[in-house]
Amino acid sequence: MSSNISRREFSKLLISGMAVAAFGAFGGAIPAFASKNRVVIIGGGFGGASAAKYLKKLDPSLLVTLVEPKASYVTCPFSNWVLGGMKTIPEITQTYNVLASRYGVHVVPDSAISIDHVKSSVTLKSGKVLLYDRLVVSPGIDFRWGTIDGYSQAVAESRMPHAWQAGSQTKLLHRQLLDMKDGGTVVICPPANPFRCPPGPYERASLIAHYLKERKPRSKIIILDPKEKFSKQALFRKGWDRLYPGMIEWRGAIAGGKVLGVDAASMSVMTDLGPVRGDVINVIPSQKAGQIAFDAGLSDAGGWCPVNPLSFESTLRPGIHVIGDACQAGPMPKSGFAASSQGKVAAAAIVRLLRGLEPAPPSLVNTCYSLIGPNYGVSVAGVYRLSSEGIVEIPGSGGLTPIDAGDDQLEQEALFAQGWYKNIVRDIWG
Amino acid sequence: MPSTLNYPLAVILFSVASLNPASPAFAARKGIVHDPAAVNPRGQILALSCAGCHGPDGKSAGIIPSFYGKSPEYIESALNEFKSGARASTVMGRHAKGYSDEEIHLIAEYCGRAWKNTKKTGGR
Repeated sequence: MSSNISRREFSKLLISGMAVAAFGAFGGAIPAFASKNRVVIIGGGFGGASAAKYLKKLDPSLLVTLVEPKASYVTCPFSNWVLGGMKTIPEITQTYNVLASRYGVHVVPDSAISIDHVKSSVTLKSGKVLLYDRLVVSPGIDFRWGTIDGYSQAVAESRMPHAWQAGSQTKLLHRQLLDMKDGGTVVICPPANPFRCPPGPYERASLIAHYLKERKPRSKIIILDPKEKFSKQALFRKGWDRLYPGMIEWRGAIAGGKVLGVDAASMSVMTDLGPVRGDVINVIPSQKAGQIAFDAGLSDAGGWCPVNPLSFESTLRPGIHVIGDACQAGPMPKSGFAASSQGKVAAAAIVRLLRGLEPAPPSLVNTCYSLIGPNYGVSVAGVYRLSSEGIVEIPGSGGLTPIDAGDDQLEQEALFAQGWYKNIVRDIWG
Repeated sequence: MPSTLNYPLAVILFSVASLNPASPAFAARKGIVHDPAAVNPRGQILALSCAGCHGPDGKSAGIIPSFYGKSPEYIESALNEFKSGARASTVMGRHAKGYSDEEIHLIAEYCGRAWKNTKKTGGR
């Protein structure tokens, strides 16, 4: 690797020297003329894989390396469908084969353990060092362990899964639901804002209710929420009343929703209003940017990564772009769709920056479908642009499924949700 | 991995004419999949949003309509109808209202021309 790079560096110097000799001084930055530019991407989720693919689509000459330890990626979107018994884990598992074979992305199955922004290098767990001209960091979320008394990673992996990173956690929660007796209580504890997938906990309650209604109809669901309101609230509550009357109880912050601690031994959750016992307890802890963002100095005191919204380049570490859940993108939610949109904007910006051009003003978008029942879908949409205030939602655009939407629309949105999933995973990994 | 040292000198000198990185010739030499003459960077960045629901290059695999291969005129008029509400939709109207008439024109030009061209180059 090192001899290769030095040869490239040499040829870069040689050729740019020739160009200067032949045509006089070249104004501005030396463009990506003689050597291939190297872009390294850390993280192969919705953000990172989108960036990798679109970098190669927009400029196939780039050397794009995607660092992702997992051979396959189970998507958080649609993992609630698994809990509802409507999808299987293999159906929501994506791989990197097409990115490698069709698009020429160099996929490295390894973990990034450190970033040296001075040397522009990434060190991997194996000891390998990757040099970059531009780096994209898309690490997703990490949990703020220690914010709920008695809740730890060990508890999450045994008794009370978070299932907020899909895969083994989804399987564990699904298994617990299958094993629960009829008449049992499922407790779901959503996190404080901001967090990954704002409507996710409430879609989860809906699809678990769908499963319980069919298989264990005497059971109930209690949501203990530290918030006073939640995403798509009116739509969810209307759907719950229609499809699962009396089955889902939501308790907000002042109604005993705030979780103070958990006790795994007695399977209970401590609240202001006393303990709540559950047969299945799903605790989704508060979140922050993925660990490597902290280690690399990309995060601020709030625990997320500030970026220049034109290019998603870090405002703290030039040359490094942060996308997806880890970044602060104004009013954009932390969703897979938003991460993908940011990955494309970052890719297009990087292609231009590497040629010494200004990025085009970004256009960002989000659509989040939530299923309340198999034939009952709702959505929220957002279109975003850059203003002097940063990223803003365009007034008059986006918004929710109307609260008075007819059954036709709700059914069509449920179908569109599936159509959306098929297409976005092809757009990113296919 | 081809080394740049393999570029014949003549090609390098010839290519210097296209050193302006904004020029179509530069983009072509860099191997852009899309026809560089058709690519307006603003249109491109606006249009990349579409694939998130409609599939890569507007080729949908499921129930969401495809628009791959449709003309710019068709796409522009459909978007304007979604925006005005003349065409009924679940979510498309909410999206279309986020774009100015000029932006809709740019999206339609990009989707209707650049993505059509991918067929010829074998890209997606």
